[in-house]
Amino acid sequence: MLTINEINVFYGNIQALKGVSLEVNEGEIVTLIGANGAGKSTLLKTVSGLLKPKQGTIEFQGKTIAGKAAQTIVKAGISHVPEGRRVFSNMSVEENLDLGAYLRKDHKAVAEDKERIFKIFPILLERRKQLSGTLSGGEQQMLAMGRAIMARPKLLLLDEPSMGLAPLMVKTIFHTIEEIRKEGTTILLVEQNAHMALSIADRAYVIETGHVVLSGLAKDLQEAEQVKAAYLGGL
Amino acid sequence: MKKSKIFWIYIAVALVVYAIVELLIVNGQLDMYYSNLFITIAINIILAVSLHLVIGITGQFSIGHAGFLAVGAYISAIFTTNLGFPFPVALIIGAIVAAVAGLIVGIPTLRLKGDYLAIATLGFAEIIRIIFLNIDYVGGAAGMQVDYLTTWTYAFFGVLITIIVIANFTNSRHGRACIAVREDEIAADAMGINTTYYKVLAFAIGSFFAGLAGGLFAHNFFIIQPSQFGFLKSFDILIYVVLGGLGSLSGAVIAAILLTVISLYLQDFPETRMIIYSLVLIIVMLYRPSGLMGTKEITDFFKFNKKAKGGKVNE
Amino acid sequence: MEWLQQLINGISLGSIYALIALGYTMVYGIIKLINFAHGDVFMIGAFIGFFAISRWDLGFFPALLLAMVVCALLGVFIERVAYKRLRNATRIAALITAIGVSLLIEYTTIFFRGAQPEAYPNVVSSKTFQFLGAQISMQSIMILSVSIVLMLILQFIVHKTKIGKAMRAVSYDVEAARLMGINVDNTISVTFAIGSALAGAAGVIFGVYYTKIDPLMGIIPGVKAFVAAVLGGIGIIPGAVAGGMVLGVVETIVSALGFSSWRDAAAFIILILILIFRPSGIFGKNTREKV
Repeated sequence: MLTINEINVFYGNIQALKGVSLEVNEGEIVTLIGANGAGKSTLLKTVSGLLKPKQGTIEFQGKTIAGKAAQTIVKAGISHVPEGRRVFSNMSVEENLDLGAYLRKDHKAVAEDKERIFKIFPILLERRKQLSGTLSGGEQQMLAMGRAIMARPKLLLLDEPSMGLAPLMVKTIFHTIEEIRKEGTTILLVEQNAHMALSIADRAYVIETGHVVLSGLAKDLQEAEQVKAAYLGGL
Repeated sequence: MKKSKIFWIYIAVALVVYAIVELLIVNGQLDMYYSNLFITIAINIILAVSLHLVIGITGQFSIGHAGFLAVGAYISAIFTTNLGFPFPVALIIGAIVAAVAGLIVGIPTLRLKGDYLAIATLGFAEIIRIIFLNIDYVGGAAGMQVDYLTTWTYAFFGVLITIIVIANFTNSRHGRACIAVREDEIAADAMGINTTYYKVLAFAIGSFFAGLAGGLFAHNFFIIQPSQFGFLKSFDILIYVVLGGLGSLSGAVIAAILLTVISLYLQDFPETRMIIYSLVLIIVMLYRPSGLMGTKEITDFFKFNKKAKGGKVNE
Repeated sequence: MEWLQQLINGISLGSIYALIALGYTMVYGIIKLINFAHGDVFMIGAFIGFFAISRWDLGFFPALLLAMVVCALLGVFIERVAYKRLRNATRIAALITAIGVSLLIEYTTIFFRGAQPEAYPNVVSSKTFQFLGAQISMQSIMILSVSIVLMLILQFIVHKTKIGKAMRAVSYDVEAARLMGINVDNTISVTFAIGSALAGAAGVIFGVYYTKIDPLMGIIPGVKAFVAAVLGGIGIIPGAVAGGMVLGVVETIVSALGFSSWRDAAAFIILILILIFRPSGIFGKNTREKV
């Protein structure tokens, strides 16, 4: 579904991704694990069009998307939940969800999807008219995910959904990710919480200083000594 | 070469330039028109260099420099024309009062940042202008008669003193503190630099020299009016600094010279002058926002040559 | 009822400031640029209205509409040609460019038609009537009602339409807005179009009310409208309206007390006091807390 081939991405003169290749198949949860600054978020930003690769190709459902404008990529069916949630704090919960469906013209279906999201995240229904800046971190994460789903993506990019959340909330979020996959959305998940990520993913890539250093089935990686030592620690 | 030796070479070169121009004026080869041009250039250099200290070195975005120019102009004119003080004394008093005005404006406003500081300084400059507009003692809107006293000698030594003081300040411990404020105020604060003190200090020194320029300006035209000190004047000074390259003293000097000459040649076509002026501004900002010199100094080019030839440069 | 009279005059002046301030505040909110050329768009609006009424015999409302359309196009043109490249430039480069654009518009206008003022034709009935002892002219009522209608339309656009939501999203977080599929460039252009159209309307209203226009007329109202925007809390739409009204009333009172030559200073003193003591403006308390 998504094929990334040998991309190089730069911030000014600093190369953040060095010849990274990666594949996501339809219906999978693929996770990308690695330390701070390894290039995980950069990869997601490149896929969603916020950054442009200098070399290499990105194909989504057979069409090349590398270097295309973000709105073209959203239209093609990729939604990105950015790191730190980035909800529009100056707007209500409902307005945030409406913005998620910005490019959609099928108003009836949009209204139905909104109801669906309120079912997945009942707390958002309760807070519907509230300014999203007043929500807790976990609620904001739910809103950010709900907002992305409003675009009816085929592929959902999730950047650190567990960051800064209480353990119980982390569980809820990961449970929801699995639910979203069951409804037919493919997921590319970036996480520092490797333990949780590997437990729900089908396949995984380990990225270090801009290189993919290891990849394979999630359950194999969970057992791999290299991963255990570096990312799973004493857990 | 030792730094002090280079310094004296520059002074010598400057004095030779001064002597040549003075000689040409005395011998009548340069008529009123040209001697006036040289004096105007000198005044604009002082303004450019004084604002360079505030914006280019300390990073405080002031767009109200004409206010301090006005203070220096009116105060010195009062002291010569109305009170009969000798011109040099009046110049110094004008500059000191302008520095005090700088303190009064700077202390409350310099904790603002970026655009807000810019607008606040613009507002203060307008207030200063409106105050002079409303004081009958200095003629109100009709303006004030001033004796013609500014000569090339005063103007030249004004420039020389301004450049020496500001260049030395920049290279001193205080100057480095100011640069630290420009680069990252929070980091400078964390390093123990009293950022407010340095911002206000740079602002007051800048105002002092703007006041000096005001004194020279006032005594060069027979009459001063509040309308000469509006924000178009402030923009003019700002443009010297920005076109020259923020952080470059020699850039500010070169831009002041170039633009003064250009606007003199276009004097008879004021609309065309302003259209060209504004187009240059826009184009430079779009295609070369670092200005003519960037943060480099003209002397850097010489140093670079020496480095290439002789290896070690410093001491 | 001298005071009531002054209040009415102040509100008329204030609504002109408010209309200009709206454009300032919207543009600042979305790209953090003090658009110095905004006052000159206001001037162009006044001239378009003038030509429409006196040369092409249009009525007040068609002239108003025409001025708004032309100014909207001008605003978008300025944004696309000059400001768009500055998105990643330093603040000082952006501000200097804006100053450059402002001078360019002023002196190009002078170049083509001279600096002489023009007397605005009388299109609105100059009838006045008594209200609690104060003289209220048709013009005051017209100014106020047109301003209120325009502000209501703006409020509707910003809060109820898709493009309005996009504008608010971009002003809050450009990158996140991109991820929603919002075309940021177009949204910024629309913001300029709306703000400039309001300035154009203000220009026509100014002409009708004060009857004299000239190519440099935009400078002082432009700067004061910026003061109004700061006063209300820059980036906040109702703030710009309130700021404009307060400024208009204060200026009128200062004049009425016999200090008309200090009128302009009043605006700047307010500006400085507000910047020093409450830089977020009257309405700026619970905004922009990015986590």
